[in-house]
Amino acid sequence: MTRSGWFWVAVGLLYFLLPLAATAEFSFKDGDSYSFAAYREIFDDPQFRDTFFLSLKLAIVTIIVALLLFIPTVYWVHLRLPQFRPLVQFLCALPFVVPPIVLIVGILYVYNYQWVPGKYLGSPYYLVPGYVVLGFPFMFFALDNAFRAIDVHTLTEASQSLGAGWTRTLWKVILPNILTGALAGAFLTFALVMGEFTMASLALFNTFPTYINYIGQTKANPAAALTIISFGITWLALLGILFVGRRPGRTAVQVGGGAR
Amino acid sequence: MAYLELEKLHKEFGDFTAIEEIDVSIQAGEFLSLLGPSGCGKTTALRIVAGFERPTSGRVVVEGKDLTNVPPNHRDMGMVFQAYSLFPNMTAEANVEFGLRVRGQSGAERRKRVEDLLELVGLSAAAKRYPHQLSGGMQQRVALARALAIEPRVLLLDEPLSALDAKVRVQLREEIRRLQTQLGITTLYVTHDQEEALSVSDRVAVLSQGQIEQIGAPAEIYNAPGTPFVAEFIGTMNRLEATVAEEGQVQVNGMVLAVTDARGLPRGERVLVLIRPEILDLQRADGAASSALVGEVVAHIFLGAITRVKVDAGEHELSADLPGHRAAELPVGSQVAASFPADGGRVLALSEQPEGPAERAPAGQ
Ligand SMILES: Nc1ncnc2c1ncn2[C@@H]1O[C@H](COP(=O)(O)OP(=O)(O)OP(=O)(O)O)[C@@H](O)[C@H]1O
Ligand SMILES: [Mg+2]
Repeated sequence: MTRSGWFWVAVGLLYFLLPLAATAEFSFKDGDSYSFAAYREIFDDPQFRDTFFLSLKLAIVTIIVALLLFIPTVYWVHLRLPQFRPLVQFLCALPFVVPPIVLIVGILYVYNYQWVPGKYLGSPYYLVPGYVVLGFPFMFFALDNAFRAIDVHTLTEASQSLGAGWTRTLWKVILPNILTGALAGAFLTFALVMGEFTMASLALFNTFPTYINYIGQTKANPAAALTIISFGITWLALLGILFVGRRPGRTAVQVGGGAR
Repeated sequence: MAYLELEKLHKEFGDFTAIEEIDVSIQAGEFLSLLGPSGCGKTTALRIVAGFERPTSGRVVVEGKDLTNVPPNHRDMGMVFQAYSLFPNMTAEANVEFGLRVRGQSGAERRKRVEDLLELVGLSAAAKRYPHQLSGGMQQRVALARALAIEPRVLLLDEPLSALDAKVRVQLREEIRRLQTQLGITTLYVTHDQEEALSVSDRVAVLSQGQIEQIGAPAEIYNAPGTPFVAEFIGTMNRLEATVAEEGQVQVNGMVLAVTDARGLPRGERVLVLIRPEILDLQRADGAASSALVGEVVAHIFLGAITRVKVDAGEHELSADLPGHRAAELPVGSQVAASFPADGGRVLALSEQPEGPAERAPAGQ
């Protein structure tokens, strides 16, 4: 890279790292010296644990629902309905166009109907459908890429000709070969749910992001510590994506072949 | 009774007819090739047999049992695809084992069978390798072992060698034939490579535009093509447009040639005389020649044991395969006369629309 190239990389890094370093420094500040006091305060706060584990549970449920819903869908679109791919891609843009605030108002409206059993009304799990919608673009693009990397038709037909039905084909042949994409989608969804504020806040649930917001407005040093923690979670999710992307033996690459 | 029967198969995609009609019976243990140019419907026919496509009409019958509406996973047909069909997440061994697992075979039984099959295709050493660690040829061997593992009723292969290089292709096709003979498995083999089809098959069905043009033993297809399309498609052929003259004679450019095959045809009928390049002989023609087929040598094509000599004979371009030393006597630019023995030419009636590949002219016999 040229000298000016490095210069701009350095500027970019400073832009990202400086606020982070400052926040980190602040989170360790304890009067005139440094300590873990702010972190201890966060970890000792029962609210932290409650909201964190609630968000964690919501993230896991969202991921499971999204995978169950989208893996068969994307598989089918690739196998039988390729003409609908543009439509699905268009649907992917919707969560970006329709803001979460509109989404949650809509969902609250839907849940106001009589047919929703009362016990679900108070349950934070009713955020899950909204999260699934918000996560749809990430999940779709991750899965779509994975499906494009394999020869869906040939693998499916090979499996069928050997006697396997749909369940076995999906489970033993297709899933292992798109696992990387599914995991990448899962990590992205995880990061999304762990950071989603608008919907939870409007629906009056105390999730991890609303807790961050609350701390941020009330306590200075612990807020910095919490920012670093939440940043760490996001980075772990991203590292997870990098890691699963590099696992050997799972790639759909085959040597040979060519003219088709 | 025939083992596998394709009864009046017809297939349309929307308003496009991929298969006009295919009607063929295959004996148990027979190796039948479907040969034809790109888009003639070979793959479609094979996919109908495998169950991946439903015919618009017609039936697929195996051992007297109608399988037309049976889903592919209940057909017991082993299929080898062109490429990229091995499960990338499984080793060679696990790939071969897959179909046996589906059938619920016990572990010990499975291991034995997988071992046997990998040995059969010569890949015992590569059992633990993943597809991306195998060469294209090895991948196709594994695919073959995998298809054979389930002891299929019929083995289906769709251009399994077309993605491989020439040497491996020849080697592997001989091996496929050897295994097929050894196991006595009924085989349907799709290819667009005529040499491949002729060299391994018991019978070859030549397809054009969704129809069988001719079906027969390789030698029959090669030596006695039944239609102009087959003649053109299989090997190289010299074509002479002619008119039937006296008994056993035809007229080309006003000159009379003796062709045994023209016997019994009505005088004045327009016909096509077909002569293989290896049958055609060339002599130096000095001055005015008496043969109908005189011309100038325009090119020499070196083919190893023989040299193909191209002759520009006015309306016709002729090819003759000569031993190297004979070709050397007829350098480019020399005047030559071509001739062939009376029983060396084949005569086909020429229908109104000449050269249309779909024309189904009756064989002139
Ligand atoms: N699913 C489909 N929908 C529409 N048309 C199809 C479909 N499958 C095949 N066709 C058409 O049917 C015709 C025959 O196709 P097929 O794949 O059988 O040809 P082929 O003989 O195998 O050719 P190739 O040598 O190129 O593989 C082609 O013109 C193709 O475009
Ligand atoms: Mg084909």
